[in-house]
Amino acid sequence: MGADFVQLSLTPLLIGVLAAIACALPGNFLILRRQALIGDAISHVVLPGIVVAFLITGAVSTWPMLLGAAGAAIVAVVLIETIRRLGRIEPGAAMGVAFTAMFAGGVLLLEQSDTSNVHLDVQHALYGNLESLIWLAADGWHSLLDAEALAALPPELPRMAVVAAIIAVLTVVFWRPLKISTFDEGFANAVGIPTGALGFALVVTAAVAAVAAFDAVGSIIVIAMFICPPAAARLMTNSLEAQVWWSVLFATISAVLGYVFAGYGPLWFGAEDAVSAAGMIATVSGVILGLACLFAPHRARVGVGAEG
Amino acid sequence: MRNDSTLALRDANASLELAVDGGQALRPEPDETCPLDMRGLTVSYGEKPAVFSVDATFVTGSMTAIVGPNGAGKSTLLKAALGIVTPLSGSVHIFGRTFAESRRRIAYVPQRASVDWDFPTRVIDVVMMGLYGDLGLLRISGKRHRDTVLACLERVGMADFAQRQIGQLSGGQQQRVFLARALAQDADLYLLDEPFAGVDAATEKAIIDVLKQLKAESRTVVCVHHDLATVADYFDHVLLINVRKVAEGPVARAFTAETLQATYGGRLATTHIDQLKLPAA
Repeated sequence: MGADFVQLSLTPLLIGVLAAIACALPGNFLILRRQALIGDAISHVVLPGIVVAFLITGAVSTWPMLLGAAGAAIVAVVLIETIRRLGRIEPGAAMGVAFTAMFAGGVLLLEQSDTSNVHLDVQHALYGNLESLIWLAADGWHSLLDAEALAALPPELPRMAVVAAIIAVLTVVFWRPLKISTFDEGFANAVGIPTGALGFALVVTAAVAAVAAFDAVGSIIVIAMFICPPAAARLMTNSLEAQVWWSVLFATISAVLGYVFAGYGPLWFGAEDAVSAAGMIATVSGVILGLACLFAPHRARVGVGAEG
Repeated sequence: MRNDSTLALRDANASLELAVDGGQALRPEPDETCPLDMRGLTVSYGEKPAVFSVDATFVTGSMTAIVGPNGAGKSTLLKAALGIVTPLSGSVHIFGRTFAESRRRIAYVPQRASVDWDFPTRVIDVVMMGLYGDLGLLRISGKRHRDTVLACLERVGMADFAQRQIGQLSGGQQQRVFLARALAQDADLYLLDEPFAGVDAATEKAIIDVLKQLKAESRTVVCVHHDLATVADYFDHVLLINVRKVAEGPVARAFTAETLQATYGGRLATTHIDQLKLPAA
């Protein structure tokens, strides 16, 4: 754990952990509201927006990407409405067509564009690029105190840290109305909680987390971070407060183990190359969910059968 | 632009009503002593209205049953009073003010089946939600709040269940927890949506006892109710609706074979009506 670790592994590890936590926090509420696939929808829809923003500005930077993603979301809503009305098909099918078509469009756009000077290509967009987010200026732990080296941190790290911190603060501040409106929307309305605005803000927060995590884990795998840690956490406890803490723990374990397994796991089995860290993080989170389904203390759906 | 047209629509409705039903003009203006007053309330989810031009006034310290067949708009009427659904036209006054201004004086018990009881939370946390008006966003709940919550659970006979996961409760116990949450709101007007639906006899007794206590404290209770057999026993006022209002008033006057026939039409056989304990007309 020396200079090599700080230079090559510390920043990707931190970015992975922060991305996983930023997605898992809103994921807890999305799952309880039966909106888990909103994360999936967002991750598909935002890709063309991010690519267009990249083509216009020529750089992978936060605000243009978020604006592009927001623009893509608006296009998606219009597209879904249009397909639904002109095609006279049910809303679910219209959404499925719109999401996939926009994602495919984003992939094509990305392939056609010249991205030789910046690391943005199809593979990056799909599977993330965690391994390349290294801290070249560092040559040991003491670099953490070296202003010059810190200035050369990959910009993805402070960006992800800020987004994760904002989401954590929002979760704490709006905890009570979020909990009440997720449990009982009618009652929440009656006590004056603006449930519509709150639900919309939750989806926007999830979208910001998805766009920010895009660099680290790619636009597909981000969905695993929304669903797997909170779903496994729900099986560990019957208290929402504890569930959120469990989800943060599971997100962290997924990111750390996933990164380590991806980098070193194949070598243990005699293979020569490392595998995709983002893919391994999603796999580990899935394995944790599987284990929770088998062994967690509250895996029985306690509400079932209580009718009457 | 849109506001203007809505206003114009309301004005048109109001004058239309006066033209059609001169009696409406006799209703006193809603003042702060009237717990709930609805005028010309019309709500629509699609093309057909769920509630059409309902006028109703509720009396302080009364217990009113809102009665009508399935799909008659009973729950919708409550939700419109609470501002959960936006009426197409008409007005609601609660203690002479708008719903938003009187929010702290209202408690609401939704239908038990409207929430997911698998939600990861305990009985005590659900009742604590009734204190949201006091606690707001960030105030930390203290011993005083905890004592209030436990006292409310005691009143519905659920104090021993405070630490239970809500999914482990029976239907009747869940309904009592919802009532305890409404008690925690310490309101002057209680709106309950089918509080007796699918509960055991012990729970029904516990709930009606609490509601009668509320009435004794001069609070106003309004229940959507579907069991015609118990209306006369439990309630002193009744509002019969089937999209439109059929009758309102004291049970003795408004809950009769004629008004029931008019509310339910052919769906309620005459023999069935005969079996009901109707007040002597």
